[in-house]
Amino acid sequence: MNLAYYPGCALHGSSNDYEQSLRACFETLDVRLKEIDDWICCGATAAHSLNQKLAIALPARNLALAENEGYRQMLAPCPMCSMQLLKARKALAEDEALRRSVSEIVELEVRGETQVLNLIQLFEAVGLDRLKAAVKTPLGSICAACYYGCLLTRPASVVEFDDSEQPRSMEKIVETLGGKTVDWNYRTECCGAGMTMASEQTVLELSHKILSNAAAHGANCLVVACPMCHVNLDMKQVNIERHYGVRHAMPIYYLSDVVGLALGFKAEALGIDRHFVCSATGKA
Amino acid sequence: MKVETAVSSSANVVPLVESLAHTRIRDCYQCGKCTAGCPMAAGMDTPPTQLIRLLQLGRAGRALRAQAIWQCVSCQTCATRCPKSVDCAGVIDALRQLSAERGMATPAQQRIVLFQKAFLRNIRRNGRLNELELIGEFKFSTFLRGRSLSFLFKDATLAPQLMKRKKFHLAGEKARDRGVVARIFARCMDDSQL
Repeated sequence: MNLAYYPGCALHGSSNDYEQSLRACFETLDVRLKEIDDWICCGATAAHSLNQKLAIALPARNLALAENEGYRQMLAPCPMCSMQLLKARKALAEDEALRRSVSEIVELEVRGETQVLNLIQLFEAVGLDRLKAAVKTPLGSICAACYYGCLLTRPASVVEFDDSEQPRSMEKIVETLGGKTVDWNYRTECCGAGMTMASEQTVLELSHKILSNAAAHGANCLVVACPMCHVNLDMKQVNIERHYGVRHAMPIYYLSDVVGLALGFKAEALGIDRHFVCSATGKA
Repeated sequence: MKVETAVSSSANVVPLVESLAHTRIRDCYQCGKCTAGCPMAAGMDTPPTQLIRLLQLGRAGRALRAQAIWQCVSCQTCATRCPKSVDCAGVIDALRQLSAERGMATPAQQRIVLFQKAFLRNIRRNGRLNELELIGEFKFSTFLRGRSLSFLFKDATLAPQLMKRKKFHLAGEKARDRGVVARIFARCMDDSQL
C-alpha cells in the first residue's frame, strides 16, 4: 500500500514522538508513506478563526500537491489537519467556480479528489485481521480509555467517520491487539485544543475532567490519535495536578504507540520514553 | 451618537456571516441544544444560542464584541448536534473574522486574539509553523499590551523540557517555496486589516 503523507507542523515539532511511532508501525505493516514534497501548514484554528478564504486555500494547496504527484489517498494523522483538508476537499468538490478561483490562488490545479485518511482509518485499511496476525506482544496489561476528542468525528458531515456520539473504532483496534477498554463518558469531549498557550485555564479545566472520568471508570491509560490532545493531556498533566491538588499519573499513548507495542517494538523505539508522564506499561 | 455607531458597525453583518459560514441564521428555532453541549458555555457572557439570537434580532454589534466568540474552542459539538443544521461553529468563526477585521474584538480576550494573529504571521513567513518562534512572538505581543511579567515568563521552563525530550526542531522547519505561501496569503487577505 502506497499513500501520500501529510505530517503537519505538530508531527515535525513538539509531537515528533507521534510520527516516530506511526512510522515504525506502518513500516512493519508494509504501508509506504511518501511525504508530500514541500507541504505547507493547514492554517489550523488561526486560519478558520481569522480568514475563511485562507482556511480553504492552505489545505487546498496541499491537496493539489498530492493530486499532482498522482496520489489518490493521503494520511493526515493530525485531526486538525485532516478536518481542514476534508473541509476544503468537500467545498471544492461541490463548487466548480470555487475550484477555479482556489486553483488560481494556490497556483496549482486542485480537484479535491484525494481521499484523506486519519490514523484510525489507515489501521482499518490495513485490516484488523492483518493487525491481529502481526501481534507479537498482546496488550494484556492495558485497560484503555479510548479518547477521540473533537475533530476525529466532528463535524460529522465533513469528516464522515465513525459515530460522532458513540465512536468505537479505536476500541476495536485496542481489543484486537489483546487490550481491554473501558466504557466512559468523555470520549468525545474537548480537551481545550489550541488554547494551550493562550488560555491555559481552559485546558486545565477540560482536561482534568477527562483524566478524572477515565480513572473513575477503571482505565489505566488513555489512547489518543491527535497531537493536540496528547499535548494537553500529557505535557499539561503536571500543571493539572498542581492546579487541582490531585495525582493523575495517567499515561497517554498515541494509538500508534499501543499498536507498536503489540507489534513487538520497545517503548524507546516508539518515542514513548519521550512522553512527559512515565508509564510502567510502556517500559515492558 | 452611540446607538448609530453600534448600528453602522454591525450593518450587513448577518448576510456576511451567512455567506462566510454557508449557513442560514433564520433556520435556528432556539432549542438550546448547542449551548447544552458546549464545553465552554458555563463561562460565556453570550452562549451559542444567544449569539445566534442576537444575529436574528439584528444586534450584531453585541455578538461581534462578545467574549464568547473567542472563548469557543471550535470543538464542533454545536454544529454537529444542531437539529436544524445551523453551522453554529462556522457562525462563530465568521464572527471572529469580522470582529478582528473591524477591530471590535473584546479586550478581555486579547491574548487569544493575539495568539491567532501571531500564528498566522508565523506561517505566512515560514510556510510551516515554527513553535518556538510562535511562543516568543505571542509572549512578546501580549507583554506589549498587558505588561504582565508573570505571563511573559510563565512557560519559560517548557523550552528546556521539550528540548530534553527532543520534541522540537531548533532551527524550525520552513517550506522551500515561501514565495507561493506569501502570494496565497496576499490573495486571501487583500481586503483584510489583519
